[in-house]
Amino acid sequence: MSAPSVAKTPKLYLGGAFVRSESGRVYPLGLVNVPRASRKDLREAVRAARAAVPGWSHRTAYTRGQVLYRVAEMLEGRRVEFIAALGGGRASGREVDRTLDALVYYAGLADKLAQLGGSVNAVAGPYFTFTVPEPVGVVALVAPEAPALFGLLTHVAAALSGGNAVVALVSERRPLPGLLAGELLATGDVPQGVVALLSGLRTELVPQIGSHRDIDAVDSAGCPPELRRELERLAADRVKRIVPASADGTSPGHRLALATCELKTIWHPVGV
Amino acid sequence: MPTRPQTISARPERAAGQVPTADPQGTAAPESPGFVYAPAPEATDHVRLRDRYALFIGGRFEDPADGRHRLTINPATEEPLAEVAEAGPADITRAVAAAQRAFLSWSRLAGARRARYLFRLARLVQERTRELAVVESLDGGKPIREARDVDLPLVAQHLFYHAGWADKLELAFPGAAPRPLGVCGQVIPWNFPLLMLAWKVAPALAAGNTVVLKPAETTPLTAMLFAEICQQAGLPDGVVNLVTGGPEAGARLVGEPGLAKVAFTGSTQVGQEIQRTLAGSGTRLTLELGGKAAHVIFDDAPLDQAVEGVVDGIYFNQGHVCCAGSRLLVQESIAEPFLARLTERIRRLRVGDPLDKNTDVGAINSRAQLERITTLVASGVEEGAQLFQAPCQLPTRGFWFPPSLFTEVAPSHRIAREEIFGPVLAVLTFRTAQEAVERANNTRYGLSAGVWTTKGSRILWMADRMRAGVVWANTYNRFDPAAAFGGFRESGFGREGGPAGLAAYVTLK
Amino acid sequence: MAAMTAGVAPPEVALPGPALRSVDGVGAEARAQLFASRSIKRGAKRWALDLIVRCTDLTSLEGADTPGRTATLCAKALRPDPVDPAVPPVAAVCVYPALAEPASRCLRGSPVKVAAVATGFPSGQVPAEVKLAEAAAAARVADEIDMVMDRRAFLCGRYVEVADEIAAVKAAIGGRHLKVILETGELGGYDQVRRASWLAMAAGADFIKTSTGKIQPAATLPVAVVMLEAIRDFAEATGRPVGFKAAGGIRTARQAIGYAVAVNETLGGAWLNPVRFRIGASSLLNDVLMQIAKERSGAYQAPDDFSQT
Repeated sequence: MSAPSVAKTPKLYLGGAFVRSESGRVYPLGLVNVPRASRKDLREAVRAARAAVPGWSHRTAYTRGQVLYRVAEMLEGRRVEFIAALGGGRASGREVDRTLDALVYYAGLADKLAQLGGSVNAVAGPYFTFTVPEPVGVVALVAPEAPALFGLLTHVAAALSGGNAVVALVSERRPLPGLLAGELLATGDVPQGVVALLSGLRTELVPQIGSHRDIDAVDSAGCPPELRRELERLAADRVKRIVPASADGTSPGHRLALATCELKTIWHPVGV
Repeated sequence: MPTRPQTISARPERAAGQVPTADPQGTAAPESPGFVYAPAPEATDHVRLRDRYALFIGGRFEDPADGRHRLTINPATEEPLAEVAEAGPADITRAVAAAQRAFLSWSRLAGARRARYLFRLARLVQERTRELAVVESLDGGKPIREARDVDLPLVAQHLFYHAGWADKLELAFPGAAPRPLGVCGQVIPWNFPLLMLAWKVAPALAAGNTVVLKPAETTPLTAMLFAEICQQAGLPDGVVNLVTGGPEAGARLVGEPGLAKVAFTGSTQVGQEIQRTLAGSGTRLTLELGGKAAHVIFDDAPLDQAVEGVVDGIYFNQGHVCCAGSRLLVQESIAEPFLARLTERIRRLRVGDPLDKNTDVGAINSRAQLERITTLVASGVEEGAQLFQAPCQLPTRGFWFPPSLFTEVAPSHRIAREEIFGPVLAVLTFRTAQEAVERANNTRYGLSAGVWTTKGSRILWMADRMRAGVVWANTYNRFDPAAAFGGFRESGFGREGGPAGLAAYVTLK
Repeated sequence: MAAMTAGVAPPEVALPGPALRSVDGVGAEARAQLFASRSIKRGAKRWALDLIVRCTDLTSLEGADTPGRTATLCAKALRPDPVDPAVPPVAAVCVYPALAEPASRCLRGSPVKVAAVATGFPSGQVPAEVKLAEAAAAARVADEIDMVMDRRAFLCGRYVEVADEIAAVKAAIGGRHLKVILETGELGGYDQVRRASWLAMAAGADFIKTSTGKIQPAATLPVAVVMLEAIRDFAEATGRPVGFKAAGGIRTARQAIGYAVAVNETLGGAWLNPVRFRIGASSLLNDVLMQIAKERSGAYQAPDDFSQT
């Protein structure tokens, strides 16, 4: 009789560490107990994300691109494991490939965003005026239910490329690939706190995201339709930006990255 | 025809010579009576206002269904100017329907053809610029100098700038097949009535949308003149619809089911209500809301220009500016001389008749706004801040508030946190650049910020770290249709001006 | 600037703050634009026009000037408008040193002063001892000396030398009224205008003056604003009020009123008199006279109604 395998306990990725929910709660998924993040876990994740914003947003865009590329390298190295986590089979292989493509896309986008989203403005006066995209800050992501890995990492990478920190709810029904992705981020040089990956119940966590006052924007790509109205209603309290549904991330694009950026216009007189 | 407001005697010039005098030649300087500027009223004989204005729906002036009107007054005299229609639910629905009908053809019109109309509107505004400036000043209380030199030139420029985009949308959004959205519901504030209209209408029309716009209840008149201009320009019926009315009309408009997009400029509170109203609807939304901008002065600043920048930042348009530099942060090492100079400068501001060409500060827009300012200033005094007010003689009629400045302000005071939207400056100090940034960002808002220093690297460092959509370095309160304007955080989202502003009015592949 | 204390110049030159305060040109120009656009009407306009006449240094600085021409100038200075006795005489007549004597003869017993340019006007590119000798000689006749600041030394960064020379001229003219011409059009920017203003004041100037009139740009309103702000700060720092003279290129009453407005709103009424404010001009005077006549009669005037100088 062979020894029983050493199964990996799924954990939240929070503040750069792999932890159980502070609430101690789980929800069952087949034979696996998935952590059921609480509002306190969300609070801790936002706190860590907020603390990580100044450092991460002031890394050079080139560095952020390299970090994202490193995450892709990590995924490539663990391709077999991720295919298995996605359920195996050719479809899973394709999803890993697409995810790699998305990571590489945003790795290469980070240092182009200023040129794609910014401008020098010809104003009617003796002023030099330019507009630059800047990270909005802390982005809460309700990742798509499916595809569980591609959907999550496309949106995470888009927000990271612009210099944001991300608190993400991974797929509720298929949380394991998303939680596993924490290991890519942790080993891929993403600074601690920049990304948090939480599993749990959307009915419980989405309203918390809506009302949390230290979240700057919500990428609601995977928000269940029945929760969307409440999410957006609550978000109004902080005038949170809602990433529009049109930037849905079904394929990587620069507009998804710019959707979590603010534009800042800077003026200076030209004279002697 | 409105009567000119009673002439408001400008405050007598302060007896000059704060400086001790030892005469170079030993001959005492002869006593000068001073240089007291005589009233220089802007002519109003070319302005024709009707007694009553209807709604502008489907290219025609139409009376409101339930026949209600509202008086708009001159805030400098409280004299009535005209009666303006109060749009009811049926009127607003009708206006949206007219805009929907117009959208079918307007959106299919070649960009170059739409451009022609917008260019024409720009030119007509330029032709009638003085008349529009006078009405803006009469209806809103702003100094004619500002209406004439700032508002109106920018109105024309906005129309002209966006006219040029109409046939170049594919260049702005390459490969994204930009398409118009549909009918846009737009609600604008009373501080820059015609300018805000232009900010809203120009990009919407350029992109092929049609609009239903609600002007502010206290300043509807220039919008009504703009309706005439639309007729003069031969703009197709229903492309621009103007529904006047109060907050209920605004709430009704933004809740209309036929809208593809809502754009609002105004208070954060109302903006939040609109965001709640539209939650889950999929209607596109941009908000340009309140602010409490930090205006940071370093000890190496070009001092005299910084004083002017601060004055312009908070007393321009009586402080009725969402991006007003209402929190002054002065480096401690220079605070005393800077404030001495600033208060001296504030004494010289000419407060009075908005139609006098030499007036620097005009009337408060409404009684309600005056009350809000008065309440907040009282709270500042109560909380222990030191109030300085320009010693000016305010007219007895109309709504007036003297240029004011608070020192000994704690960051926790209401006057340091809440938007006053009046000529009231809260002065705080800082020691280091790091502290300046922390204080500047310690607010729920993030519309604008200012920084004055001659050190280039510090300008860029500050501009990078201040959480605001617009950063003015060594200048303040500059606007241009080519430069994106809009806020971070609770100052709203979306931009107006530039390609970013245009993006709010198109859908992309 | 710390080295400044080594020279003759008094210690206030070394004050680092106000002396070296930088100027943002665009802001200064915007401020000037506001002054220029002030609408001065009716009584205020009449008062300003009268002030401008009283503050005018009626000027002729040509190689072709002769005693006869100077006499014409002086006659105009004494009675600018013979048909209107209410028009006051101008402040001074400004000529080359060689013509100070005839000017002085014409103006004897009148309140109109004689001003002579000196120190190698307009370029100042003569040996130092020649400058001092010229100034001293001019001062024997003239009431006021308009010297040119040494731009060569200034632009080389030899500020002590600049200040020392001004102080030396001041000593050489024995209590005569000293106006220092900065020639702002050659200084290269507003920061330098401010620095030169401070140097000249600290070194003893009774007036600082924009230009010789021989260089373009001559007086501009933004430059004047910067100089007026320096005067204000200097007075605040030292208690000594220094006068301001705008010269060169001021041809219309409207322009001149802009300068008066700038003085009024920067320094206040205590500067609005000939002791502290001058405008150096020639053709300006007739435009002002036309405006005064128009204000009096209500009719627009013809140039030939007024005598040329």
